Amino acid sequence: MKFGVVVFPGSNCDRDMLDALQYDLNQEVVPLWHKSEDISAFTTEDCIVLPGGFSYGDYLRCGAIARFSPIMKQVIAFANDGGKVYGVCNGFQILCESGLLPGALLRNERQQYICKNIFIKAEGSYKEQLKEDAGRFQGVYKIPVAHGEGRFYADPATLEALKANGQILFRYCDATGKETPESNPNGAIDNIAGISNAQRNVFGMMPHPERACSAVLGNEDGKKILTSLLMARQLVS
Amino acid sequence: MSYTVQVVIMPLKELLDPQGKAVLGGLANLGLGAVTDVRVGKNITLQVDAASPEEAKGIGEQAAKQLLANAVMEYFEVTVL
Repeated sequence: MKFGVVVFPGSNCDRDMLDALQYDLNQEVVPLWHKSEDISAFTTEDCIVLPGGFSYGDYLRCGAIARFSPIMKQVIAFANDGGKVYGVCNGFQILCESGLLPGALLRNERQQYICKNIFIKAEGSYKEQLKEDAGRFQGVYKIPVAHGEGRFYADPATLEALKANGQILFRYCDATGKETPESNPNGAIDNIAGISNAQRNVFGMMPHPERACSAVLGNEDGKKILTSLLMARQLVS
Repeated sequence: MSYTVQVVIMPLKELLDPQGKAVLGGLANLGLGAVTDVRVGKNITLQVDAASPEEAKGIGEQAAKQLLANAVMEYFEVTVL
């Protein structure tokens, strides 16, 4: 398995992601310039990552213009063929804009850019799938967030479908795992921090696990999330 | 013919608009307490080459649907000026 990290103009977490995958997870990983239209070196065993940042300066809407970058046509085809695609923060916004994930990320409820550690817990089928990792994944993980537009929203019918299909991957919670309004940093509907598509090969989340993958940084919770989410053979429904 | 096409994009009515809320607070501080609600959207004008105003409007609608607005969170209106 290898990883490709797409670099858009304005991406600023691409190096963090490359570094975490290469040195903390010991994976083969290459940067992919957004103008490249050839990702034929990647098979459905591999994973394409859309990193955080401010692609195209967040002009118009976060992720709206990046969604039409030349590489995205290939990324969408790759996802439709069953390849894994993973978006963090701005990457999550781009996945929602491109229609690979349902819903949208709205401006934070409290009108502020938030940059701090928060707590999340794995949810539903994701937690179930990883029950062999129960010791780790039934716990609560401390992961940094850094965003101004992270309030996940989906209309009621879409939200019901997300729940029914077990597509909610992470919810914001407090340090003890309780979902409270105070532990929801941006006002996301149902405390949702991350979701997958129905086929479980496209994932998006607002928190940044790649910033929490090394003992030197004082937090390795992100490593557990990246390992289990991206390197599990397949998440089942 | 070149037409000026205006696309007005607003957050869906059922969604909280934090930007509008912040502006409402500013207006209250100004002393304009009579203002009871503010919604902030976008006004985008396009110069469009088309054979008729209808065609220009159609192109504006296509632009709005595919890129300028996101139907999950916004609605839009297209007018040929």
